[in-house]
Amino acid sequence: MPAFPQAADASTRNTQLRANLRHATHTIRAKRAAAVAELDDWSRLRAAGAAIKDRTLRHLDQYLEQLESAVTAAGGQVHWAADADEANRIVTELVRATGEREVVKVKSMATQEIGLNGALATAGITAYETDLAELIVQLGDDLPSHILVPAIHRNRGEIRDIFTEKMSQWGRPAPEGLTDAPADLAEAARLHLREKFLNAKVGISGANFMVAETGTLVVVESEGNGRMCLTLPETLISVVGIEKVVPTFQDLEVFLQLLPRSSTAERMNPYTSTWTGTTDADGPRAFHLVLLDNGRTDTLADTVGRQALRCIRCSACLNVCPVYERAGGHAYGSAYPGPIGAILTPQLRGTQSELDASLPYASSLCGACYEVCPVAIDIPEILVHLRERVVEGGPASVRGTRTVIKPAKGHAAERAAMRAARWALDHPRLLRTGQRLASRTRRFHPRRLPGPGRAWSDTRELPKVPEESFRDWWQRTRGGSGTGSGTEGRKKTT
Amino acid sequence: MDSRALVMARIRRALTDVPRTETPGEVPVERTYHRVHGDRTAARTVDLLAENLADYRALVHRADAPSSLPALIARLLADRGATSVAVPPGLPGSWLSDVPDTVRRVPDTAELTPHDLDAVSSVVTGCAVAIAETGTVVLDAAPDQGRRRITLVPDHHICVIRVTDQVVDSVPEALERLDPVRPLTWISGPSATSDIELDRVEGVHGPRTLEVILAGPESAGQS
Ligand code: SF4
Repeated sequence: MPAFPQAADASTRNTQLRANLRHATHTIRAKRAAAVAELDDWSRLRAAGAAIKDRTLRHLDQYLEQLESAVTAAGGQVHWAADADEANRIVTELVRATGEREVVKVKSMATQEIGLNGALATAGITAYETDLAELIVQLGDDLPSHILVPAIHRNRGEIRDIFTEKMSQWGRPAPEGLTDAPADLAEAARLHLREKFLNAKVGISGANFMVAETGTLVVVESEGNGRMCLTLPETLISVVGIEKVVPTFQDLEVFLQLLPRSSTAERMNPYTSTWTGTTDADGPRAFHLVLLDNGRTDTLADTVGRQALRCIRCSACLNVCPVYERAGGHAYGSAYPGPIGAILTPQLRGTQSELDASLPYASSLCGACYEVCPVAIDIPEILVHLRERVVEGGPASVRGTRTVIKPAKGHAAERAAMRAARWALDHPRLLRTGQRLASRTRRFHPRRLPGPGRAWSDTRELPKVPEESFRDWWQRTRGGSGTGSGTEGRKKTT
Repeated sequence: MDSRALVMARIRRALTDVPRTETPGEVPVERTYHRVHGDRTAARTVDLLAENLADYRALVHRADAPSSLPALIARLLADRGATSVAVPPGLPGSWLSDVPDTVRRVPDTAELTPHDLDAVSSVVTGCAVAIAETGTVVLDAAPDQGRRRITLVPDHHICVIRVTDQVVDSVPEALERLDPVRPLTWISGPSATSDIELDRVEGVHGPRTLEVILAGPESAGQS
């Protein structure tokens, strides 16, 4: 996987991708502002959301134990996976035990994170993605590029071609003479997938929330493919990160208000399904919950980075990020793109690889991501913290053990970091966007944002701007001593 | 060490900054957000529900007059050309009394397979609660709603809301009424996707047509 700057450099040259992304992010951003503005208690909901998650994280062991007992009492079975390999092994064995060779999947970032589809394929099991965008991605042998609209990098003509060429290899072929009208494409997907749903014996899902008190799992979606996967199969396997737990059923009142408005800019998403263990003759007869660590406990151990585990994957931060808008989701090299990816991936995976070390630099630190985040994750703060870790090393938890990471001195990681920083400086328009937001917001209080930020600042309180702008950081870390070039492999000089 | 013990141990090590004596309740959560947004009469709440449902492209009908509900349901099924209708076991008998016998009743039973349901035109159900602020109906698989699958596979769903006692203003009010142990399905408008160039298209998998009937006191009866 190339480091962020190379990948981003390639994607910023792809004008189709940039146009699609720009259209998507700006459209969703404007709609979101309107949906949020409908609630005059948004800032309080946001504070409550953050606080509930903090409460959960500080007592995660307790809540997970409570969740486990509740799920078990309701007829489910709980499995624990320390890492991706273990999770994949558990799921593979569970599917094997059913005797099935095919499973239907509802979009899940956790299973994408652990590469479940690949692991199942190795074991001779075919996993069908059933979210329309994920289907497009899967048929196109491609990777998702956005959390909410994973196939946003594809336009209708491409989708038509993918359907026409590939559907027959996976099941029911695309109808003859398929046009590129979205309604026709959706109909083709409906017919193709319905065949799979009606015959499916095993479903695999993630979950948006798990309620410790009751053992209830929640999936929030639009298309109904989630309902299909959760309802029709005989066996349901849900792979969920340990951080997705919330204490009480009542707490959902906060998240079911924050999530849809932040994500799809709707008052409520078309479908939300909850299930508590198994129910007689209604839905799957067997339910397995696989609780996934895979770096989450290392993230939890970092008192600055811990807040990243509050994330409810709404994707609002992607849509306001000037770097994401130009670089696209693939440049981030993981299931988690955009600002959340830039802080979550290097925490889940560590900063050893060149890619992961470069991610904390994939930002202009403009602060827009923090401003929109419905659970108030201070993404810029974590970015600066992780940059320090890359450049200076320091204490960190690696697979559960506290260690001191060495500075990435003279190492590929630092080179990647420096290159990422220079990449941003070489894209002055991008940097300006970030800085303009930051400087304006700093000067006027209460304030409004210019240009594209206008829509959301009009209706919102504006953020605390990060103390340090990108350029200040650059000055500081490069010593401001005129060593503007040739610093590759050099350690930070202040 | 098994993985459960391993992950638990990691969590406890990760949380060394949390005082051993701290209880979850000591981490403050201020619930100063509104329970309801705005101040409305009951009638206005029902109007808001109707507006928000329609905004999400559900088709909204009213059955206020006494006994107008059976006639309305019969008309909606006829307009749709429905030849069969899935029927939850506890649906009030009067609701389908005007539907001609030529429309096959398909009772929701354990034997009903997904393939059977795929051949059914429509489904008629009640609901557990409806949320005005978001335009949402919530099903909880009670006898007048049937199992989750009957409102999922047929392409046309008619859902009756009793305005006297099933409409609430907000999400917090709805959660309070619901039993988490039951399987819940929250429905806000028909199935939709915006995955293709952000064009909203109704219906990929769930029913593509959602018709909601706001039934007044006399017409709905109490099941
Ligand atoms: S970091 Fe915040 S804004 Fe970004 S996806 Fe997560 S919850 Fe949403």
